[in-house]
Amino acid sequence: MISINIFKALKGTQGFFDLAIDETINKSDFIGVYGKSGAGKTSLLRMLSGLDIPDKGTIIVEDTPWFDSSKRTNLPVQKRNIGYVFQEDVLFDNMTVLQNLHFALSKSNEIKLLDELIDIMELEALLNFNTYQLSGGQKQRISLARALVRQPKLLLLDEPLSALDYEMRQRLQEYIKKAHKTYQLTTLMVSHDPWELYQLVDKVWQINDGKIVKKGTPEQILPLELYKKII
Amino acid sequence: MPFLSSFNWVPLLLTGKLALVTTLILVIIGVPLAYAIAFSKSKLKPVFEALVGMPLVLPPTVIGFYFLLIFSPAYGVGKWLKDFFDIQLVFSFNGLVVASLIYSLPFMVQPIQNGLQSLPKNLHEASYTLGKSKWQTLWYVLLPNCKKAILTGMVLTFAHTIGEFGLVLMVGGSIPNKTQVASSIIYEKVESLNYEAAHKYSAILLVISFVILVLVYSLSKNNFSTQIKNNGH
Repeated sequence: MISINIFKALKGTQGFFDLAIDETINKSDFIGVYGKSGAGKTSLLRMLSGLDIPDKGTIIVEDTPWFDSSKRTNLPVQKRNIGYVFQEDVLFDNMTVLQNLHFALSKSNEIKLLDELIDIMELEALLNFNTYQLSGGQKQRISLARALVRQPKLLLLDEPLSALDYEMRQRLQEYIKKAHKTYQLTTLMVSHDPWELYQLVDKVWQINDGKIVKKGTPEQILPLELYKKII
Repeated sequence: MPFLSSFNWVPLLLTGKLALVTTLILVIIGVPLAYAIAFSKSKLKPVFEALVGMPLVLPPTVIGFYFLLIFSPAYGVGKWLKDFFDIQLVFSFNGLVVASLIYSLPFMVQPIQNGLQSLPKNLHEASYTLGKSKWQTLWYVLLPNCKKAILTGMVLTFAHTIGEFGLVLMVGGSIPNKTQVASSIIYEKVESLNYEAAHKYSAILLVISFVILVLVYSLSKNNFSTQIKNNGH
């Protein structure tokens, strides 16, 4: 279980606002973070990962404090055991696909998992390619596999499909679904796309000006007309 | 060949040695310095940038003057170095190296700093999320992705050190076979109206400088083409 109780003053397009989140995530939850641009969705992910620091509060993951402002605890990002897929591809161009995946290894016993991931994500044919030779969809598929190599306690997906075309999105959604199910991941995914959230997540947090204004199943939160249309 | 037998190659060899030693030491100093400045969040960042960039705007004679003051064996730091380590930097080749390190610092640091800053911000963050330390990230991710910037810094430093004149003359004193480099012997040959010798040294420096600059522009062009190619995918 992950308990989040964090606060941070942020500057958005409309001026300053306070991000204040007090929530709990259960193991194997797949939560969609939905809301307008500049609402604080990416900031939430960055604070969970340790890339940004909250002004105050706590982040407790399975009884381990990752962040506790009262005790001045702030586990560095390297030690948080998270998987992070960014909106833009951030593969390392100086490495091949296989080297990118190997770079994420920390223990020798993960090599078996790496082989399994290559199989599940269907990366076998791409392994010896240079990353700049790949399409956007292939890059994000590798980014996802690379983020999973460390068997993260928390997988953070920051609009990983937003730069892809419709067909590519569909395929990637299948891979994300498969990975989440196979590894019983606890996942938080930021998305602007209600359709994508319908497809993937169990719960949705709708964020506005740094606060969760609604939460529930995708059917409860997302525009109903769209849901009916999809059904 | 009469040209080769009568020609004194020592100043050119000393110039090459000075440029090579300066470049090798500066790449070791320059990479961590460029990294520290590129990713500094300190309010003093402009001050550090200005300090590194000072040799670009200062007349070399100013640096030479302060160098002579600081490292004079008669007092201060220079006296301490002489008394405790028997090191005299003024009028020695080692002194030329130290002065060149200061003089050429921006030519190494600035290209590497720009190279690091032009990398996507998420690149090093992605490495951190994979559990890699700052040093691992620098060594395995950031530096290999700005190889051209490092190479440009090295070539520019080498070329700039070859072109030093005022500073090497003040600090080294143009002592034959010791601190007399190509630029200072040209000055002396012209002063003594020996234009033939001055021509020879000048022509060699001209060719070397031209070749180095062609190399720099080829590197920049390749870098640009690679970026275009990458963005195109």
